[in-house]
Amino acid sequence: MCVVRDLTKTYPAVRGRRGAPGTPEVRATDGVRIDIRRGEIFGLLGPNGAGKTTLVRQLTGLMRPDRGSVEILGHDIVRHPERASRLLAYLGQESTALDELTVSLAAETTGRLRGLDVRSARGERDAVLEELGLTALASRPLRKLSGGQRRLACFATALVGARPFLVLDEPTTGMDPVARRAVWGAVDRRRAEHAVTVLLVTHNVIEAETVLDRVAVLDRGRVIACDTPSGLKAQVAGEVRVELVWRERAPLDVPEVAALRDRAVESGRRWSLRLSPEEARAAVAAVTGGAAFAALDDFTLATPSLEDVYLALGGSAGSARGLVKA
Amino acid sequence: MSTRPPAAVRNRYKDDSRSEQEPLDVSVVPAEVLPGAARVDVNRAPGTSGTQDGARAVAVLGPRARLWPALAAVYRAQLSRARVARIPLLFVATFQSVGIMVLMRGVVDGGGEARAVVAGSSVLVVAFVALNLLAQYFGQLRASGGLDHYATLPVPPAAVVLGAAAAYASFTVPGTLVTAVAGSVLFQLPLTHLWILVAVIPLAGAALAGLGAALGLLAPRPELATLLGQLGMSAALLLGVLPPDRLPTVVQWARDLLPSTYGVEALGLTFEPDPNWGVVLLDLAVCAGVGVASLAVATWAYRRAAVR
Repeated sequence: MCVVRDLTKTYPAVRGRRGAPGTPEVRATDGVRIDIRRGEIFGLLGPNGAGKTTLVRQLTGLMRPDRGSVEILGHDIVRHPERASRLLAYLGQESTALDELTVSLAAETTGRLRGLDVRSARGERDAVLEELGLTALASRPLRKLSGGQRRLACFATALVGARPFLVLDEPTTGMDPVARRAVWGAVDRRRAEHAVTVLLVTHNVIEAETVLDRVAVLDRGRVIACDTPSGLKAQVAGEVRVELVWRERAPLDVPEVAALRDRAVESGRRWSLRLSPEEARAAVAAVTGGAAFAALDDFTLATPSLEDVYLALGGSAGSARGLVKA
Repeated sequence: MSTRPPAAVRNRYKDDSRSEQEPLDVSVVPAEVLPGAARVDVNRAPGTSGTQDGARAVAVLGPRARLWPALAAVYRAQLSRARVARIPLLFVATFQSVGIMVLMRGVVDGGGEARAVVAGSSVLVVAFVALNLLAQYFGQLRASGGLDHYATLPVPPAAVVLGAAAAYASFTVPGTLVTAVAGSVLFQLPLTHLWILVAVIPLAGAALAGLGAALGLLAPRPELATLLGQLGMSAALLLGVLPPDRLPTVVQWARDLLPSTYGVEALGLTFEPDPNWGVVLLDLAVCAGVGVASLAVATWAYRRAAVR
């Protein structure tokens, strides 16, 4: 339903000016190949600057790729970028076009600009605001709302004037649990009733594991893996993550602890280790018994997450810092 | 085992970050249950004439927003922004023009010069709002990525540009009326032909709003859009309000190039006891021509700014 082949976009190098260093040429998407099936929630996961937003802008007709093809529901979006707006609804990260409108008018106007007549735009507006629990806020301007509420209002505008394909760029940023629940409830309903397809750009690995059917992991403009979240996790199933928190400092006089230190990533009094199950068992036994236990504040054993997958796949460790947004 | 999690990644399970943990129980359908989500009946998808092979099915395109309804929707939305953001600025525009007239009262001595001052001050309100503020608005919208919202809707570019320009021209109505009436009273000019504002405001508004939109959309940076808008307004102030007879020839040529001048001339002529309506019409026709041209340029600039 959405087929992407060899999509490449290069931002030209910027020459440095006085006081500002230049930036080299950046290949924001590099031969990206993706197949999204109808009715699935497909995720794009990757750290900041991995090329997620650039890829989405090319899919929504906002940016022309240097080469490659994008086909959405049988339409060639590279050749006819204007068709994208008649096939998909896009929720971008910016709301400046809507900020000074009331929630109600933002939804109604967007519906009318999606080709609805006044009556159906108002009908859909009321239904969507009700569905997302925004009715009480309908007469407030967007910019007077909190970040999460504003995001939810923007999500509402994306739903007015139904489209078979939703492209959502970090839709739940800043939202409280109730709003998140409203978003995923609305998505699931549209998927069940109309087989709506969703492309979700996200930073949040836990959200990704929960809602996505399949996920493509992007790193430096390339798709480094694409599978179901459990399929990806199976690739690193042999490993366990052990987290140790010491009360003050690690008891390095204990030989077992000193041996673990080489494999740990330290952050203050916190250690993080990726070990095989046997090693993990031994490590836990070592720190929970004997002398080390007195110095131990807390410990956790966890099965691998998409984050570990990302790291195991060779995602650049430095840029993985941006993978989880606090 | 070759790579290790860096510092920022690994605290996730220990941190009490509820916002991260929360969605675990949110989705109604766990991802693992639906590996065959693609097998959902394609024929139920809205606007699609599908076969089982989703990739080959060509979907019927969603409706396109037609020009006039879309223009009306944009106009209404833009007009509603006045309540939130624009009213203080309308006061500024009006006070500025009334203040200029009060200052000029000691300088000009009735007659043709007084007519020029009142007409110039009235059209200055249009220049302030339609040219300056609209240039700033589009400059900021473009820089912040706000244009993406319109660019991903099936709306004709002309509807966005014309709707915004029409709304900004409408914002000028109260200020221009107040300035024209106050000026006429101040300089003892007849109010008889002030109805000509019905033509002057939309036509000068179209010319200046088109110019403002084009400047805002073409400027590579929002600061530059602001600067160009301010410069345009300053030009309208200096070249429109000062009586033309006192200006050097070169400046008079510049004055002839500025579209607001023709609005000023048309309005100024109607303060005469027996206006030359032919010249008034000609001036207004120039405004209309410039309006069409500048709005066309602005529409082209919008198209260019929307798809990069």
